Amino acid sequence: MAQAAIELIGINKSFGAVRANRDINLEVARGTIHGIVGENGAGKSTLMSILYGFYQADSGEIRVGGQPASIKTPNDAIALGIGMVHQHFMLVDNFSVLENVILGAESDALLKRSIAKARSELERLEREYGLEVDPDAIIEELPVGLQQRVEILKALYRGAEILILDEPTGVLTPAEADHLFRILKQLKEQGKTVVLITHKLREIMAITDTVSVMRQGTMVATRVTKETTVGELAELMVGRRVLLRVEKGEAEAGAVKLAVKNLTVKDQRGVTMVDDISFDLRAGEIVGIAGVAGNGQSELLEAISGIRHAVSGSVMLDGKPIDLTGKADPGELRDRGLAHVPEDRHHVGLVLAFEENENSILGYHDDERYLKGPLLDIDAIRNDAKDKIAKYDIRPADCRLKTANFSGGNQQKIVLAREMEQDPGVLIVGQPTRGVDVGAIEFIHKRLIAMRDQGKAVLVVSVELDEIRSLSDRILVMFAGRIVGERGPEATEGELGLLMAGVEQREAAQ
Amino acid sequence: MSTPYAKLPAWADYGLIPVINLFVAFVVAGFVVVLVGENPFRAAVILVQGAFGKGTGIAFTLFYATTFIFSGLSVAVAAHCGLFNIGGEGQGYIAGLGIGVVCLAFDSVLPWWLTFPLAIVAAAAMGALWALIPAYLQARRGSHIVITTIMFNFIAASVMVYALVGFLKPLGSMAPQTRTFLDGAQLPKLNWVIELFGAKIRSAPLNVCFLLALLMAFLVWLLIWRTRLGYEMRTYGHSAKAARYAGISETRIVIIAMMISGALAGMMALNPTMGDQHNVALDFVSGAGFVGIAVALMGRLHPVGIVLAAILFGMLYQGGAELAFEMPAISRDMIVIIQGLVILFAGALEHMFRPYIQALFASISPKTVGIEAVKGKGA
Repeated sequence: MAQAAIELIGINKSFGAVRANRDINLEVARGTIHGIVGENGAGKSTLMSILYGFYQADSGEIRVGGQPASIKTPNDAIALGIGMVHQHFMLVDNFSVLENVILGAESDALLKRSIAKARSELERLEREYGLEVDPDAIIEELPVGLQQRVEILKALYRGAEILILDEPTGVLTPAEADHLFRILKQLKEQGKTVVLITHKLREIMAITDTVSVMRQGTMVATRVTKETTVGELAELMVGRRVLLRVEKGEAEAGAVKLAVKNLTVKDQRGVTMVDDISFDLRAGEIVGIAGVAGNGQSELLEAISGIRHAVSGSVMLDGKPIDLTGKADPGELRDRGLAHVPEDRHHVGLVLAFEENENSILGYHDDERYLKGPLLDIDAIRNDAKDKIAKYDIRPADCRLKTANFSGGNQQKIVLAREMEQDPGVLIVGQPTRGVDVGAIEFIHKRLIAMRDQGKAVLVVSVELDEIRSLSDRILVMFAGRIVGERGPEATEGELGLLMAGVEQREAAQ
Repeated sequence: MSTPYAKLPAWADYGLIPVINLFVAFVVAGFVVVLVGENPFRAAVILVQGAFGKGTGIAFTLFYATTFIFSGLSVAVAAHCGLFNIGGEGQGYIAGLGIGVVCLAFDSVLPWWLTFPLAIVAAAAMGALWALIPAYLQARRGSHIVITTIMFNFIAASVMVYALVGFLKPLGSMAPQTRTFLDGAQLPKLNWVIELFGAKIRSAPLNVCFLLALLMAFLVWLLIWRTRLGYEMRTYGHSAKAARYAGISETRIVIIAMMISGALAGMMALNPTMGDQHNVALDFVSGAGFVGIAVALMGRLHPVGIVLAAILFGMLYQGGAELAFEMPAISRDMIVIIQGLVILFAGALEHMFRPYIQALFASISPKTVGIEAVKGKGA
């Protein structure tokens, strides 16, 4: 066994009464790629935050390269050769690549010398690891995949020997993810150590040498990747057997419920986000919209649900048009049977500071059921919330608890319960399981399919290809605001991946 | 990242933490008293005795508190809708115009209990109107409410000077104030209530406005937590996007919330004019609108907390005046410093001791704290 790059011994960390990490032991061998998997809230990010100096462990020891280390701030971690690539990039958008790389590592009061030094250093790093980026490009003009590369360069520039990546592929196309994996393998060959945090088991299988599984703050197992299976890891993560693919029968598509014709939407800057899109959504089917985040799916959903102004085109709900001027009353659309589970549940679908029961009426607070004269009928609201909690197995089962204190999966269930229980004719769902743990994903998928089987029309937008493939009866792929292809659920991942990357489009243009 | 704190029981959240903050504020203020060469313990005794020691002191404390309850509620209503209304000062001041006109017109013909409702309506309407323009500019033009409301404070001040000097002042008078209101616009005192408890009162301005303030506190509670409008205001206050999603009109909710806020600020003008001075004079609001911000923050935007915080500030005003009188080394400005420290610790640094107290609670009895899931991404 190679020498350990990092050893964590008996790490404990509590936040109040919550024990985020208990007695964690972890050993990462030098020159390997080590995966850490676990559900949301399992304590992965907490553990890495301790290693990177964001938090202090309550007890336990960290050793780097065999030496006991005291890591109190990220600067200590950097000095020890630990670099981190965050899930949300920490880049200054209007700076160039070079400026971002030297930010915080300037060697001089004047920038000129730092820049010259960084330029030659970057060239070396690019050569060694295949990390090609134009050093003078402005960050906001780069695609996400390249921005991530800049994050990696930043860490390497600071002399990182150990690189921690937190959910690195969430924002990448399959092709970009593949490229990232190639880079990581190259880093490994050069003797660097990589720690990869993810909840995507296929990535673990594809790239890591060893994998550790966390559950509820404890480290439940460490395996050599070659000797384990996706099924075993999923079971370890959840603590029980999980259906990775939902069972569903054939769709019986009925009448057209929602007809989108030549819809075009521009964003605030006037950039066309949705470009002349047309499709039908029928009763009793699930249509999935696949695509890399930022290709117009969000704007499409918002336009259909009447929140966003559309430049041209029409959307018919049960044969009657939806007001697309951006002044539509979402309340009226709800009355017409259009329910919307928004992509961003933290800022749109829920008010996190509210009690659970208050969120369970959001958007339906005009409903007579919840009103008593001029006042809200608090008892009716709470009883209604309790019913939903029981029906959707929302935990903890406390309708007075602040919504922010529910886990991601349970928050999503709160939104889904609210929208589904209104018995809508059309349900549009953005990212049904983003940030939701494996156990809850299964539940949510079953619910969506149950809706379909009741003859509802369901539109699902997701960046998770697996999800799209297992839920949808028809798959539409969006790229750069257009629908670039329609496929059946039997389409392979490679085929969809190419469509998502806009490959066919480009070829057609040539 | 996630909030790494456990939940505290309500009594600790709303009782213990403010008391600790207040205590620290007084300790620091004590050092300031030592610096000027006085005994901080004696100063504290004088301050508290001045505010609560005698019937007159209590009546004065509650009189000041009355104004602060209105201005605190005004700030809180806007804050629940995510709006920072720092124009309470101007909205209260301009309400004096409405009160002045109503009182001058009716004080000779109507009894106080008919003039009072008219004056309430006039004060609320003027305050609401003064808040309407910034609200409209915010909702439709995106002009920041903090900037516009503070500008409107200056405009209100100028308008009031113009009105007082121009047409409210009696002919031939040199003072920029209305004539003294007749009995028909003088509000009855509430001193007899305190006298019921055996305390003696020489002369104090506590009046029926105090009861109106308590009524308003209850109505604000009802509005915020028990009505659809309050629900919509809170939704918008926490997340404009969620409000849009829920079908709540931004323009409508911003304008309504600001007008209610302005109306409450306007009502605070009733207390010093009809309740105490029996006229409308230059600068009669004298900063109470700004104190409302501190009161609302310290009261955690909850009407009960606001009433308590208003009484605390009433105590600082009344006890502070006694202190400045008894200890010549402690000037009026020192009192402002002490008030500032209270605002600093109870308002701005409200959460300073929270993590320690939460850690303490968690270690003493995890059960009372309750389990809070670690939320957030990844993790």
